[in-house]
Amino acid sequence: MKAVVSVTLKPGVLDPQGKAIAQALHNLGFSSVTDVRVGKRITVQTTETDPAAAHAQAEEMARKLLANTVIESFQVEIVP
Amino acid sequence: MKAGIVVFPGINRERDMAIALAQAAGSAPRMIWHRETDLEGLDLVVIPGGFSYGDYLRCGAMAARSPVMDAIRAHAARGGAVLGVCNGFQILIEAGLLPGALLRNASLRFLSCDCWLRVERTDTIFTDHWQRGAVFRSPMAHGDGNYFADDPTLDRLEGEGLVAFRYVTEQGEATTTACRNGSVRNIAGILSPNRRVLGLMPHPEDLVDPLMGGTDGQPLFHGLAAALAA
Amino acid sequence: MARDVNASLAREFGLSAEEYGRVLSILGRTPSFTELGIFSVMWSEHCSYKSSRVWLKELPTKAPWVIHGPGENAGVVAVGDGLAAIFKMESHNHPSYIEPYQGAATGVGGILRDVFTMGARPIANLNALRFGDPALPRTRNTIDGVVRGIGDYGNCVGVPTVGGEVNFHPAYNGNPLVNAMTVGVAPANRIFLSAAAGIGNPVVYVGSKTGRDGIHGATMASAEFAEDSEEKRPTVQVGDPFEEKLLIEACLELMATDAIVSIQDMGAAGLTSSSVEMAGKGGVGIAIDLDRVPQREADMTAYEMMLSESQERMLMVLRPDREALARSIFEKYELDFAVIGTLTATGRIVVRHRGRVEADIPLEPLADQAPLYHRPYSETPAPAPLGAVTDPLGVRASLLRLIGCPDLCSRRWVWDQYDATVGGQTVRRPGSADAAVVKLEDSRRALALTVDCTPRYCKADPEAGGAQAVAEAWRNITATGATPLAITDCMNFGNPEKPEIMGQFAAAIRGMAAACTALDFPVVSGNVSFYNETEGRPILPAPCIGGLGVLEEATQAARIAPPAGSELLLVGAVAGHLGQSLWLREVAGSEDGPPPPVNLAAERRNGDFVRRMILTGKAGACHDVADGGVLVAVAEMALAGSVGIELDAPEIAMPAHAFWFGEDQGCYVLAVENAAAVLAEAAAVSVPARRLGRVRGEDLKLAGGVPISLGELRAAHEAFLPSLMGG
Repeated sequence: MKAVVSVTLKPGVLDPQGKAIAQALHNLGFSSVTDVRVGKRITVQTTETDPAAAHAQAEEMARKLLANTVIESFQVEIVP
Repeated sequence: MKAGIVVFPGINRERDMAIALAQAAGSAPRMIWHRETDLEGLDLVVIPGGFSYGDYLRCGAMAARSPVMDAIRAHAARGGAVLGVCNGFQILIEAGLLPGALLRNASLRFLSCDCWLRVERTDTIFTDHWQRGAVFRSPMAHGDGNYFADDPTLDRLEGEGLVAFRYVTEQGEATTTACRNGSVRNIAGILSPNRRVLGLMPHPEDLVDPLMGGTDGQPLFHGLAAALAA
Repeated sequence: MARDVNASLAREFGLSAEEYGRVLSILGRTPSFTELGIFSVMWSEHCSYKSSRVWLKELPTKAPWVIHGPGENAGVVAVGDGLAAIFKMESHNHPSYIEPYQGAATGVGGILRDVFTMGARPIANLNALRFGDPALPRTRNTIDGVVRGIGDYGNCVGVPTVGGEVNFHPAYNGNPLVNAMTVGVAPANRIFLSAAAGIGNPVVYVGSKTGRDGIHGATMASAEFAEDSEEKRPTVQVGDPFEEKLLIEACLELMATDAIVSIQDMGAAGLTSSSVEMAGKGGVGIAIDLDRVPQREADMTAYEMMLSESQERMLMVLRPDREALARSIFEKYELDFAVIGTLTATGRIVVRHRGRVEADIPLEPLADQAPLYHRPYSETPAPAPLGAVTDPLGVRASLLRLIGCPDLCSRRWVWDQYDATVGGQTVRRPGSADAAVVKLEDSRRALALTVDCTPRYCKADPEAGGAQAVAEAWRNITATGATPLAITDCMNFGNPEKPEIMGQFAAAIRGMAAACTALDFPVVSGNVSFYNETEGRPILPAPCIGGLGVLEEATQAARIAPPAGSELLLVGAVAGHLGQSLWLREVAGSEDGPPPPVNLAAERRNGDFVRRMILTGKAGACHDVADGGVLVAVAEMALAGSVGIELDAPEIAMPAHAFWFGEDQGCYVLAVENAAAVLAEAAAVSVPARRLGRVRGEDLKLAGGVPISLGELRAAHEAFLPSLMGG
């Protein structure tokens, strides 16, 4: 099955990229934009067949490698 | 030659470019802040290197969508000369003025070193001060200079002779090791179909003074100054 | 946050009982939570230099060319043609341990602000990095993060990174050192200072918005790491080099007008230290309205805003009639611009938030009654002399081992990630000369820049090590032909509450002061980083020296690559000193003995002679003798020039390994056309000099004709870092 790990900066951590994109969107006329935050989406294919086990493994992968837990948080979604 | 250098927020090689252009043309280029849209009277528009908008999202993506780009497109459509170096090359590609994409370097690391470039054709305003096949040294400094395009596009570029420079060894061979950023077919710089728009990753503007290690980059600017002299 | 303020909370904030008592007596009441925060950061080791001040004042800081010495954001020296060089080095060790990438990046950002806040356009960055045992995975992660962090920040702001040093030692396993230096240039009569003036003038905040970044970073930098330091992680700040680039351009544009009265960056302890220092130095008061501070997050408290270490922010006092002009410049660069307060005649800092006074502190006692400690210290015992050491390997194999060892191998893997040419003024890039050389725009002059320290010498004998660090910086600048002018120091030591650490510090200062005096090389700025320990194990002490010199003619800058056909001379007295040498460590497996002594009179005499030979065109190349000794210096010259060198057997009564690998000080290898003439000139001024060999052939030929091909030498030299770091 497939695990989709979404990695985003923790709330409160400065997102320079999001800030610059928000400014550029304003310049393009999207004046309603108040905040932009940028994250990563990582898709992991695994031979694991048990959704709960796959979820637990993906969380461990995120903690150990995929996310920098100093500044990033993550969410795991299991897709059959 | 009346040259203008377009400065987007985060561009940082505009001073280097101004020095090289002034040295060749005898007069200082006009510095154009990205909110200006009037390029009247310019023979050459240059987008220099740097990190426009911090290289956030994709290199050159946000600059390519700023107001001055419409004016640059119109200038190019009139047959005006456009030079994009490094981030400028990335911006020209994001703006659709040149084909392909510039990916992360194959090493996934920023590369700041000298490279050797081979001049692939000399009948252009950018290259006619070189001999065909000439090899020259140039500094390069980028994290995303790995040129990529699909095969039909590459075949068209090659077929129409629009590859301006390739990464080569000092002896002029286009080997894999000579192409440290991983660019497909060792492509370092490409031209528009009318050959009036050039984009390249390396920085010939940083090698125009013996004091800084050489004058290998001078022919680009002397060639432009001669071709675009009023 | 709403906790009772008392001695035990003060303790948690890093204030001792005695210090908290002093707070009570200054205020005449219990401080508010915010006030306690302000005292704790202003009186932290990082901001107050409470353990080091009594020693730092022993350093010479004056010379006719010094415009501003320590006490400003950075040191300022006149470099001719009406120009001033503005420079400083600063540590970011603790943040870089916790988050290597952001720690190193924000270290570069911070030191850049210290320099451009004085009106200078930054023209060069350097750094001094010390990592732990390279065999540890953690060390590799740290190297990777630190190098990327420095590169990404410096490359993006467009300031060339032109030099630095990288060392390894297990003593840095739990505490790497990341010292960043920036050099800028400004007209000598257009230097901006931080002392506020003009009652009623607006206090303006520019740059990024304030978030909860790095709260208590300054006190973190003043505390030793314990096992739970992983838990302190969320305080690390994130840098935005794009914002910094805009801030540089906006500030320089504003500085070209007459709008600014005074300006300071918000570094450690952010709004607190900038406002307190600006008002304090100017002898005025300051009123701040926190509701007007640009904020990135909702519901920030006064405490959080005053202690936030969000990056890329500046505070300035403007002429009131220039506020609109200033605002228009910052709006052009899409930067925040907010009037957040005014200067007052009260002599107090008064902070208001949501209609309440959150802090009201008299500035004079906050500065004058800051703690000052004469900490007990014990002298480092003199190291036992090194007995005779036999050579287990032979000269050829020793050279190949040394030239490829972590401390001497090629740093190309690192340099290749730093943009060294942006700006178009880099005359000598990393590896091509003993110091980086950067030309001054619109002038024929150039600056020579270097960063130096040999921590293993400092550990064995801190006084000799301190003198050696200064002498080596002076020597590296001299070896380019430049005249050394001044230094910035970045003092990295362990816990100052331990007498043996304080003893190291005091002795290092003594050695540095002697060398600075003898070499006319004053200290104009600096930084002290204590508590570089993990679980009680201190680092090798590292008083890192950032040196600056000037060449009147940039074209005269020497390189290390010797011209074809030249003869090599060795200038300086050779005693074959092997104590604390890299040969001893890498080949004989020992870290014993005293470091090489520094004879300051000879240092000066030899260096002045070498500089004269370069500037009169008699020496075509020059390389100083440092780590690894004479043979490593010669091998580096051969590699730099891709030329063969043929060496003669030394006519001197000492073992070959001592001659070739001893780390005697004050020595240089010169490449000259006319050896006899240069030897005669040396003799005339009592400078020891001898023939060493000549540029000839394709190989490095050791004394006795043993060849090493340049290919073999280069392969040994280039292998280590790429293989460690995976290409």
